[in-house]
Amino acid sequence: MNRTPISTHVILICGAIFMTLPVWVAFATSTHSAETILRDGLQFWPGGHFIETYNEVLFVAGGVMKKVTAMEMLKNSLILGIGFAVGKVIISMLAAYAIVYFRFRLAVPLFWVIFMTLLLPLEVRIIPSYKVVADLGMLDTRAGLIIPLIASATGTFFFRQFFKSVPDELLEAARLDGATAWGFFKDILVPLSKTMIAAILIIMFVVGWNQYLWPLIMTTKEENYTLVIGIKQIYQVLNEGGELPQFQKAFALTILATLPPVMVVLVFQKWFVKGLVESEK
Amino acid sequence: MSGVKLKGVRKVYPNGAEAIRGVDMDIKSGEMIVFVGPSGCGKSTLLRMVAGLEGISGGDISIGDRVINDVSPSERDVAMVFQNYALYPHMSVRGNMSYGLQNRKMPKAEIDQKVTDAAKMLKIDAYLDRQPNELSGGQRQRVAMGRAIVRDPQVFLFDEPLSNLDAKLRVQMRIEIKKLQRRMNVTSIYVTHDQTEAMTLADRLAVINNGLVEQMGAPMELYTDPKTLFVASFIGAPQINLIPVKFDGSTLNCGSLKLSGFSGLPENTELVLGVRPDVLAPNNAGQFKMRVDLVEQHGGENLVYGALDGVTNDDGDELEICMKAGKDMLPDLDSNLTLNFDPSTAFVFRKDTGERLI
Repeated sequence: MNRTPISTHVILICGAIFMTLPVWVAFATSTHSAETILRDGLQFWPGGHFIETYNEVLFVAGGVMKKVTAMEMLKNSLILGIGFAVGKVIISMLAAYAIVYFRFRLAVPLFWVIFMTLLLPLEVRIIPSYKVVADLGMLDTRAGLIIPLIASATGTFFFRQFFKSVPDELLEAARLDGATAWGFFKDILVPLSKTMIAAILIIMFVVGWNQYLWPLIMTTKEENYTLVIGIKQIYQVLNEGGELPQFQKAFALTILATLPPVMVVLVFQKWFVKGLVESEK
Repeated sequence: MSGVKLKGVRKVYPNGAEAIRGVDMDIKSGEMIVFVGPSGCGKSTLLRMVAGLEGISGGDISIGDRVINDVSPSERDVAMVFQNYALYPHMSVRGNMSYGLQNRKMPKAEIDQKVTDAAKMLKIDAYLDRQPNELSGGQRQRVAMGRAIVRDPQVFLFDEPLSNLDAKLRVQMRIEIKKLQRRMNVTSIYVTHDQTEAMTLADRLAVINNGLVEQMGAPMELYTDPKTLFVASFIGAPQINLIPVKFDGSTLNCGSLKLSGFSGLPENTELVLGVRPDVLAPNNAGQFKMRVDLVEQHGGENLVYGALDGVTNDDGDELEICMKAGKDMLPDLDSNLTLNFDPSTAFVFRKDTGERLI
């Protein structure tokens, strides 16, 4: 290995500090009492109220919202994130499988139609989507929160490209081996796509976790709030009633909201690297 | 075991291109047939039609007494070995070999038995739990063959299975395939563009050109008695020497060259004289004069290449011919040799149709 020059390290360290410092300040501030924050502003060093604040936010009803705890919002967020990611992977794999392996009329135009929807962000269709979900009576349900979001042009596109790179001989060998259409998908394609699935799961989980606008208009009851919605609501809640604004709790909630995506990326990082290093085909 | 019959088989692609233009063939049970031809001649297409991977546009293919035109690939009772092995990369060797049997709902104990037997036969029993990417090319090829063997098919199909291997391994695997095929006595169709592979493996060869079978027969029959110019030029290494000639009633003429000893040929027609490199020999009374350009020493024999004196090809360049000689014959470069051959060992073809006249 070549020795990396010091300047490279210096630049990297500066960059890392620049990126993580706000997160650190948020964490440090969240461990102080409301009075300290109000009197002295943001804090750079951790204070003595870590357990107290986080306990109250996570487990005590009324500690952060009127009724729900951060624990429940965490659960909602996880359900949204996981449902969103898993749903997207399933739907887009099946769609890509149909587009690549089945010869049907309009396969190519249909693919382009799917691809075009990449140009349309959720915000464009949010009113019609809301109307559909409302008419189906799915407002304030988890299904209503997840299902309208799980079609994924990006995922379909990635899986299509991947399936196209799988050699035709594998399909032919499987046909001679008597594999059915479902058998080929489940026994050959899905295992071959492992790393691809992992990558898309990670990306989509983070995207799902960070969804803001859709959960905001979909959920009206507090017990359906996700963490991201909770962060937005907490300032309103905390400002009511003339008490001291509980900024430490808002910061604690922010820290909690960033943790799961970070964990997911850390855990799946090995898969990413494996997928890059190993060429299985 | 059962044979394979092809009757008037045609393949026309939707864009109108004709890949196979009416092939009739009767492959006997237990026979090893090799399809050989240049790339794009349709040999792989024909094999894939037998396998069921390509549709049949016309005619019938039957295995045994069963017409299989509309039977799905897995129910045709054929097994195929692909050029790039087509092993399932995520499955162990055992998984690769047993996948087809699992799909057939065979009991697990029976699958294990068959896989173990086949692996022993192919000497891959030590690798059964490895992944394909941990195997060498030759081992992968064996696994691909094992996957075919365990299914006990009526017909083996080989699609250029050795072309991804290095030269030494190719010869070794070629011998093993031949032995295996003899031992198992399964009807086999083998596609290759390598004429050495074709000659050594085949019970009978089918030389395919342009979607048609040019000639079918035992390897030596095709070598000594080619029916067309194409077969003569494709079979045999080094390639046959082809000299454009015309017949004037007594001699074959080309440039200043006049060859006697031929009769009964049409006059004023473009003809091609074919002389195998191994029937040429130095002889001072000979009819060919050659200026030596290159001597290739192959160990047991030498190949002497040179320009034929007084003859030009269609482009006006010198015509190169080749002679197969003993390992002791090492003529100097640019020296002149006089060569002779027995006219009865030479072939004469019509240039336009490729049909052989003598």
